[in-house]
Amino acid sequence: MEPIINMALLTMLAVVTVAIIGQRSLFGVVILASIYSFLIASVLVVLDAVDVAMTEASVGAGISTVLLLAALHLVKTIEVLPTQPRLPPLLVSALAGVTVIWGTLVLPPFGTADAPIHRHVVPRYIERSIEETNVPNLVSSILADYRGYDTLGETTVIFTAGIGVLLLLRGTRRRGHNDRAD
Amino acid sequence: MSLDLILRIGTKLILPFILLFALYVQFHGDYGPGGGFQAGVIAAGMVILVSITFGLAAAKQVAPQAMVERMIPVGLLIYAGTGAAGFLFGRNYLDYSSFAHDPAHGHELGILLVEFGVLITVSGTMVSLFYAFVERGR
Repeated sequence: MEPIINMALLTMLAVVTVAIIGQRSLFGVVILASIYSFLIASVLVVLDAVDVAMTEASVGAGISTVLLLAALHLVKTIEVLPTQPRLPPLLVSALAGVTVIWGTLVLPPFGTADAPIHRHVVPRYIERSIEETNVPNLVSSILADYRGYDTLGETTVIFTAGIGVLLLLRGTRRRGHNDRAD
Repeated sequence: MSLDLILRIGTKLILPFILLFALYVQFHGDYGPGGGFQAGVIAAGMVILVSITFGLAAAKQVAPQAMVERMIPVGLLIYAGTGAAGFLFGRNYLDYSSFAHDPAHGHELGILLVEFGVLITVSGTMVSLFYAFVERGR
């Protein structure tokens, strides 16, 4: 059953991607990107990564769609056709894609228990996290405790990005206001 | 606006459940999927839904702009402060072992506190950005 679900989801992802490439209306692109996020969230649920799936569904499909639509409100909503030749960008994209696929060839097979990533610190987290942190959800104890510095850094990134965008959106408005006062 | 009766009543009905779900995701994050980040985004989504259905002024009554903008640094300070609280007990930064008699319970409390900080910062950032974009478009 799982391979069928995976194949259906990945086929829909491919269809949505092609639709995004062909779409010239940016409104349509935003909505299709939202659908893409929902499909990726479903793929992550199938992969048993429910925490990431929840984040993708709420951030990717929810908040970013709303913010992109709000941004579209400020700019033109039809994509301008490129004036430069399109062959070089296409070649660069194809080359990058081939490199990524080539890189996956040397990865351990999907789901292997003795892959390097599962043999470093993961066994210790699985064995000791409940007695050390009393938190049954391994993801929470890793994010907020074992890897607390990383999450502090991520929160700082959100803080910095939020303040930066607020200053950008507000700053010009205040300057315009002052210009009128002068 | 007055014609969207079904939309407005439907939104009113669903709002408390969205907020409850955000709180569930926040405080059940220790036991199931979820945590401060997801809960913050869901709570912000509730305010955005209010804004879309009832207008920006109504949303600003639910979540005043001054409040959500202050939430951005406050959440980060809660997180960093929880880390610094470890110093008071002679521990390292972000070591929660001494917050309770049992080190495991101390870690549980520490995780709860930093997740709360993440919730405050994330929801504050998301709602502030939404307000900034909407006001810019006027």
